[in-house]
Amino acid sequence: MSKKQTTPLERVQNDMKKCVKCGACRAHCPAFSTFQREPATARGKVALAQHVMKGDIELDDGTYAAMSKCLLCGSCVDKCPNNVPTDEIVIAAREALAQKRGLTTFHKAVGQVIKTRKLMKLGAFAASILGPLFFRKIPATSGLRLRFPMPFLGGTRHIPQIAKEPFMTRYPEVIEGEPGKPRIAFFVGCMTNFVYTEIGEATLALFKHLGCTIIIPQDQQCCGLPGMSGGDLDTVRELAERNLEALERCKADYVMTACATCGGALHKLYPLVIGKRNPELRDRLKALADKTVDAAVLLQQLGLAPESTGAGEQVRITYHDPCHHRTAGISKQPRALLKQTPGIELTEMEGADRCCGLGGTFNVYHYESSLDINAGKTAAIQATGADCVVTGCPGCIMQLSDGLKQAGDDRKVLHTVELLARKLRR
Amino acid sequence: MLQARILEKLKEIVGAENIATGVQELVCYGYDATQMEFLPDCVVHPDGAEQVSRVLQLANAEGFPVFPRGAGSGFTGGALPKGGGVVLVTTRMNRILRIDTDNLVAEVEPGVVTEAFQQAVEKLGLFYPPDPASLKFSTLGGNVAECAGGPRAVKYGVTKDFVMGLEVVLPTGQIIRTGGETVKGVVGYDLTKLLCGSEGTLGVITKIIFRLLPYPASKKTMLTIFDSIDGAARAVSTIIKGKIIPTTLEFMDYATLTCVDRRFNLGIPESGRAVLLIEVDGDPDLIEKQADEIHALIKPLGLVQFRVAKDAAESEELWKVRRLVSPSLRDVNPDKFNEDIVVPRSRVPDVIRRIEQIQNRYDIPIVNFGHAGDGNIHVNIMIDKSQPGQQEKAHEAIKEVFQAALDLGGTMSGEHGVGLAKQPFIPMELSADQIGAMRAIKKALDPNNILNPGKMLPLE
Repeated sequence: MSKKQTTPLERVQNDMKKCVKCGACRAHCPAFSTFQREPATARGKVALAQHVMKGDIELDDGTYAAMSKCLLCGSCVDKCPNNVPTDEIVIAAREALAQKRGLTTFHKAVGQVIKTRKLMKLGAFAASILGPLFFRKIPATSGLRLRFPMPFLGGTRHIPQIAKEPFMTRYPEVIEGEPGKPRIAFFVGCMTNFVYTEIGEATLALFKHLGCTIIIPQDQQCCGLPGMSGGDLDTVRELAERNLEALERCKADYVMTACATCGGALHKLYPLVIGKRNPELRDRLKALADKTVDAAVLLQQLGLAPESTGAGEQVRITYHDPCHHRTAGISKQPRALLKQTPGIELTEMEGADRCCGLGGTFNVYHYESSLDINAGKTAAIQATGADCVVTGCPGCIMQLSDGLKQAGDDRKVLHTVELLARKLRR
Repeated sequence: MLQARILEKLKEIVGAENIATGVQELVCYGYDATQMEFLPDCVVHPDGAEQVSRVLQLANAEGFPVFPRGAGSGFTGGALPKGGGVVLVTTRMNRILRIDTDNLVAEVEPGVVTEAFQQAVEKLGLFYPPDPASLKFSTLGGNVAECAGGPRAVKYGVTKDFVMGLEVVLPTGQIIRTGGETVKGVVGYDLTKLLCGSEGTLGVITKIIFRLLPYPASKKTMLTIFDSIDGAARAVSTIIKGKIIPTTLEFMDYATLTCVDRRFNLGIPESGRAVLLIEVDGDPDLIEKQADEIHALIKPLGLVQFRVAKDAAESEELWKVRRLVSPSLRDVNPDKFNEDIVVPRSRVPDVIRRIEQIQNRYDIPIVNFGHAGDGNIHVNIMIDKSQPGQQEKAHEAIKEVFQAALDLGGTMSGEHGVGLAKQPFIPMELSADQIGAMRAIKKALDPNNILNPGKMLPLE
């Protein structure tokens, strides 16, 4: 690497200086809550990154292990008295690790899969990675996750069913609405496309009900977040560019997503991580970020009326805040939508805004710890006595469902749009 | 460097998964909130007094230093492994052993986080008042070792006022009990009090017996704004003189207010120069009366705003002003030295004036806030370390701030401790004979000087 080029860690060097090692992150970091060792804390990772910069710590297995113990949930950033962006520092450290050591076999596979051009359209994803597992019951030993297929098998995790037909192949690119109503580009996301297609269906139903024109650009790709959490920023950049092209082409008023993670990528991480590294894309990424809006937030903005969603039986729910919603300031809007709907009774759980423990690659490399973090969540859900859990992220839905099933609890975990769509008066 | 043979023995004591020698782990147990750093040779996580005892016996036999550490959130370097050695982390000992509602006592292990303990006793209608700002992450063991304070000290006192007894591993490895759980007890020296605030130099705390109180029936929060610092400072002594002891009496000066208001726009009136955040607790009728009395007492002192919170949510809003202080200070300058001097309550106005003079003389921003109700002021000397000469200037200014506190009958530290940060200044406050007596105690208990060596007392 030439000397003039800024290294990933140099980019965040000034951010590191803001950390005064006060220890406040010990109270809020889900990874620390399970590992109980200082390198898992935000200040620990900042200290390690600083020592890597100084040259007295290598980008070796030890550093890799420490940096892997982060869910990129942003809790520490929210609660840090100095707002140290540890999430960005960890991404930079993972990028530096990947540059120095190359990607792990697992992350290479992730990169290959999420980069596949036809990913969203075909079952290419499933065909290539899920292979023989597709369309049949996946053995408990496989450890497969759609978002992070595999590599470490084992455990008794509950794997969601793969949809028989991906969501996107069911619809034309443009679904015309009423004239004068907003044009909305729908960023579907892998989880909704391949696993929780009912989230896609529900989203469509609600926006159709409001008369919007919905565009589902068929050339949209994975948001790239799985690559981001492994430090594979080249792949993320490639995907960001392709998504930019696909979404700009729609000339939509909004880019809407029902996945908190995808929303977080488009809204925050594209400009922050990719924009910083690729100045030529900065303005376009910023424009895309400004247009990006979460489905529940947009429903509220467009005035989904309570009288249109009052049908059906009485249901008692509790709400979980996805990390990528919390860091985007989305917590009141989905609650307001749910609360205004007749027949929905919301009981708050303790620590509704605490991470569910999925955290992208974290869940793959630290499955036991991921479950340990989730156990607290399961207990909090059960304590509310609610009939079901509602949230705004398919990733959280997978993790929360797994946790509940492990505890022998058959409560359902639903997306906000699913519950609202069920209550639509037709 | 510790010999492999010693590391092997340590591993036998605590188990392979509770010892670390990798550089990543070592770095992460070498810092605290002082921003100083030292690299230990090894980190151990014992599970109780027995293992701690064996580690300390080995340390005496082999002659290596041991540094006890809780959450590592201290402000003075008490837990830092200066010179290398073994960091002994107490956070695996994190059980609340019992809460005795008959006798209002609780027994805990040192690694319990302060807030977790408070929540546990509050569920039973009981109250553990000490509330250091770090309570969400600091541990009770660390709180006892440093004798942590907090805003509620005005009425309730500090950590040591709630410690009834301890289980301690002495530096030479003996496990002893001090104190007990009776209200009275005069048999022998009061080792409990000696160990509170001993900064991990006289023993490793492995169990703590705390005294508890009934949880107060209600509380009332008032945000009061004055047109002069002097007015606010005099309000503190006026309230106390008026025979009202509030739960908290938090002070913020103009510089502090400006920092907070610039960032968060709290609508502080133009003429406001200082804020007192006052809280009273107790029987609802009593606190209603106390709030009125306080208002009457402080009205003549240039009061420009008096806001009383109607409910818990409003109270939280008012507290927000105080909580936003720390994150806002960095707008003044990137680096801060946070000192915590204490003066007798009636001297608060004098010490504030003295600090103002020091600020002007050295031409560096000094931001004052803190627990004025007990005379404890957090003096924040804000500098930019990257500017040449600033650090030296700050050092001199700190010295003068300490002198001011001492001249007025106070002390240089109310709750942060000495550790490494204040060590050079100790002879300003303690006489040679006082230091001599303390050294004699240290030598008697730790003849080989293996437990947290080089801390607190000035080096010989």
